[in-house]
Amino acid sequence: MKVTVDYGKCAGLGICESLAPEFFEVNDDGDLDLLKEDIEPDELQSVREAVAGCPAEALRIVDN
Amino acid sequence: MDIERLVVVGASLAGLRAVEGARKAGFGGRITLIGAETHLPYDRPPLSKKFLEPGTEEPAAPFFRSEQTFADELNVELLLGAPATGLDTANREVIVGDRRVGYDALVIATGATPRILPGTENLAGVHALRTLDDAVAVRQALTEGARTVVIGAGFIGSEVASGANKRGVDVTVVEALPTPLVRATGEAMGHAIASLHQRNGTELRCGIGVSRVEGDEHVERVVLADGSVIDADLVVVGIGVTPATDWLAGSGIEVDNGVVCDETLWTGVPGVYAAGDVANWFNPVLGVRQRMENWTAAAEQGAAAARNALDPANAKPYGTVPYYWSDWYDVRIQFVGSPEADEVRVVDGDPADGGKWVALYRRGDRLIGALTLNGQSVIMKYRVQIMKETSWEDALAFARARKAKMAEKAAARA
Repeated sequence: MKVTVDYGKCAGLGICESLAPEFFEVNDDGDLDLLKEDIEPDELQSVREAVAGCPAEALRIVDN
Repeated sequence: MDIERLVVVGASLAGLRAVEGARKAGFGGRITLIGAETHLPYDRPPLSKKFLEPGTEEPAAPFFRSEQTFADELNVELLLGAPATGLDTANREVIVGDRRVGYDALVIATGATPRILPGTENLAGVHALRTLDDAVAVRQALTEGARTVVIGAGFIGSEVASGANKRGVDVTVVEALPTPLVRATGEAMGHAIASLHQRNGTELRCGIGVSRVEGDEHVERVVLADGSVIDADLVVVGIGVTPATDWLAGSGIEVDNGVVCDETLWTGVPGVYAAGDVANWFNPVLGVRQRMENWTAAAEQGAAAARNALDPANAKPYGTVPYYWSDWYDVRIQFVGSPEADEVRVVDGDPADGGKWVALYRRGDRLIGALTLNGQSVIMKYRVQIMKETSWEDALAFARARKAKMAEKAAARA
């Protein structure tokens, strides 16, 4: 599984970064950088929380 | 007992997330979502931000889900335009006017109601900004170039002032307290943030109350405590909210600044949980009782309350490092943690210069809060540190290292 970002929706609020910092980081321009996309089983919970926590509903988990 | 009927009262973010959380948790029983407004659930933050931006075309209403999604995917019965009027905990029924809706599990997510200025109830042109209808009315008035007075320099009022300013309409912000945002950010930082208004050419008058709002059917002027008069076509009142708990009178649910809950969002009454702005719960992460009025808490609590309501034997505590944001003019203000601190220190930038800065909050010897202005790249790193109970010294060391790294980067670019 991997995580995808809809940059048209992303508002750069960064909630995802606080929940799954190994995947998401807001850069100095205020835009989101996806640090990696493939999700290991032990990372699934934190990525799910990031997806649920996104106010812009910009994140999705998809099958490879 | 077997739980076959989940009822959620309050059809905004927390209520929506309760419904979705229940289905995600595999609940296959009946769900009823009861809402006071006639609208489908919608997102509130944009209403005082994007929704008020210049442009002649009214932006689309920020509905979360379509009616079809509620019916087909979520299999939820919607009772909209139907404010709950009472709760019978003995018979497990929500009272909606002359109708009774039975529940096995209940999530209370009725939110909060804006405070109003007494005497303005029937005066056209005076608005709070909480609902979609409020936002449509305010936007319409701004589009017509209304001379605007904002009463209350909190986040909502300031966002409205910012939107009015961008449209070039005359706007004055009046704040009764000497410094705005003290409760949210503390004294020094409240002053620093408020200076954004003057910096952007919005008049801000602090430490002065409003005597009365005058007009014949439609608002014409605002009279301040010192007798000065500001002509107005639009008055937006942002002086806080009160939790919407009137309907719970006599129900046996304990109400004290909202619905009192434990750390699992349980009210102490069998089957009844609460979430969102209405919930006054014990936050185990900060070790304090809190009632929050922010998006993140409403979303997370909605889902958590529903999961716990459906499986009370395995109820899990809900804790968080509070987070909110506000967009004013061309800057984003972000706050994480708690403003109740022994010390506040600016660790990067200078509020006197505007632009970009970071302030950290210390309680005892731990980092307890962080406030940034255009600090999107760093704020969430502090949220993680607060979650991990990082010491003040370690947080300061991180801030120094970060500042040095940014300076190095800037030098390399130059």
